[in-house]
Amino acid sequence: MNDDHETGNDPEDTAGPHEYGFETRTIHAGARPDPVTGARNTPIYQTTSYVFDDVDHAADLFNLQTFGFIYTRIGNPTVAVLEERIANLEGGRAGVCAASGHAAQFLTFFTLLEPGDEFIASRNLYGGSITQFGLSFKRLGWTCHFVDPADPENFRRALTPKCKAIFLEVLANPGGVIVDLEPVIDIAREAGIPVIVDNTMATPYLCRPFDWGADIILHSTTKFLSGHGTAMGGALVESGQFDWGQNDKFPSMTEPEPAYHGLTFHETFGDFGFATKARAVALRDFGPAMAPVNAFFTLTGLETLHLRMERHVANAQAVAEFLDRHPKVAWVSYAGLKSNPYYDLARKYLPKGAGSVFTFGLKGGFDAGVKLVESVNLLSHLANVGDTRSLIIHPASTTHRQLTEEQQVNAGAGPDVVRLSIGLENIDDIIFDLEQSLAGL
Amino acid sequence: MTAGDHGGKIPYDDDLLRRILRDVKTVAMVGASPKWVRPSSFAMKYLMGKGFRVIPVNPGHAGKTILGETVYANLGDIPGTIDMVDIFRNSEAAGPITDEVITLAADKGIRVIWMQLGVRNDEAARKAEAAGLTVIMNRCPKIEYARLFGELSWGGVNSDIISSKRTKLSP
Ligand SMILES: Cc1ncc(COP(=O)(O)O)c(C=O)c1O
Repeated sequence: MNDDHETGNDPEDTAGPHEYGFETRTIHAGARPDPVTGARNTPIYQTTSYVFDDVDHAADLFNLQTFGFIYTRIGNPTVAVLEERIANLEGGRAGVCAASGHAAQFLTFFTLLEPGDEFIASRNLYGGSITQFGLSFKRLGWTCHFVDPADPENFRRALTPKCKAIFLEVLANPGGVIVDLEPVIDIAREAGIPVIVDNTMATPYLCRPFDWGADIILHSTTKFLSGHGTAMGGALVESGQFDWGQNDKFPSMTEPEPAYHGLTFHETFGDFGFATKARAVALRDFGPAMAPVNAFFTLTGLETLHLRMERHVANAQAVAEFLDRHPKVAWVSYAGLKSNPYYDLARKYLPKGAGSVFTFGLKGGFDAGVKLVESVNLLSHLANVGDTRSLIIHPASTTHRQLTEEQQVNAGAGPDVVRLSIGLENIDDIIFDLEQSLAGL
Repeated sequence: MTAGDHGGKIPYDDDLLRRILRDVKTVAMVGASPKWVRPSSFAMKYLMGKGFRVIPVNPGHAGKTILGETVYANLGDIPGTIDMVDIFRNSEAAGPITDEVITLAADKGIRVIWMQLGVRNDEAARKAEAAGLTVIMNRCPKIEYARLFGELSWGGVNSDIISSKRTKLSP
């Protein structure tokens, strides 16, 4: 007991509860100076493993009776800071990071589903997710029903007794489509299943799915969260609000877990039971852990998320307006344009801007798309989004080429479509580059 | 603990929780289970590891020991003083337990009633507060200790703490 304790003046005592703003939390959430060294920035804990105090401490850790690190496949101090920061920015209870966005998706569905289970997904998703759900998950005995999200009732129509979740991107990649989340959440509530939102394209700066009642949020941190095209990564965040015990659909959460001496995750860990199970079983047994150095790059990127997103959407809006007026452009699918059918939904769910990834169609079709991506000078022709650099791709010849033409069109990636991810360069330079290249078509 | 009532948490000031966890030394845990894989056993072992004395109360196991501590049939049987009563029973059962605490409080030195995660009884809390007791509901002292002193963050859980001070690992 020290003097502070005697007097009741704890140096930790604050002036009282205060809600810190988003900008402050992008910089501080989850990260405090190191208790021993005082290091202000989060160190890279480049270690595979952690010592036990004694055998009893080791047993407590392996039994999940106490908190702490065992082995970096299951958790790492640098990665933990990122997990907490993303959970905080989303307004959620707990996060788990993974080696990539796809790995985070796998950890989520492995924790939710039993073999033979089903789920429903919006058909307007990143092409890789359509392939993961439709083909690779199928081989694990999980069936995904894809629906057109334009009518939220389509989710209800696709429900079966074995459906255990609804998955969607509110701001979809690549089409600039916006899904009306609220009615979908009502449908899921009635069915007693969680809504999972991939918030990669919007980031918590633009869209807050938990505020609308979503239950799990997923990220490819590879994109805007990291923001500089430096590090692969993914994250899942649990809201802590979903009641896994409301029905018998989620035995993985409510029944004794044989891998942990019959412990029940929902009962033992309460509102962070899902994240705990995703870590302690799925991450432990399948192993797609995020590298500590990638967590460090992502944390550094995250510190400027609010500033970057502001400029990303301002630049994207200007480019969309430029393309909208261009004679060689057939259409522009950017929900920030007043003429866009999703404009009102964008105002509702993305009041600060409709993201910086969108598509447009060339009157010249497939060949014009190929020619355009090959003739730009400043924009980078590559398969990523959410970089400081402006990026361009022709999905039908790249990211979406595994899909049938019908699937391509359904996913907003038909033959004439070009996708842009507008970066943070000088706006006149970005428009100049597109103008020059369009002139050559 | 009744699963399923984790939403609708009452906001408590972190300073209040820190003070409780700093000042309390002895905890009577009502509903402590002798089965090591039960949540109460996890919480008991964790709190003991942090230096709290935790005394189990469970009439079905009176006279036996849990983690080396003698189990008592009820709070009145515990010899000596108790700083806090941790209720690991359902919300309804928390009512009569709180009544019992109120009658014993002066005698036993009890200052805090802490109802576990998922346990909330507003009527009982009102009575206890009127009797001068501090009441925390729908929280786990293990989780709050871990949250306030850094360990919960190691599991990627949102501690909701923003501070430029070094993390303190104990009160
Ligand atoms: C919306 C969306 N979700 C998920 C992913 C997959 O993430 P990763 O590439 O990090 O595995 C991507 C990648 O492009 C994406 O755009």
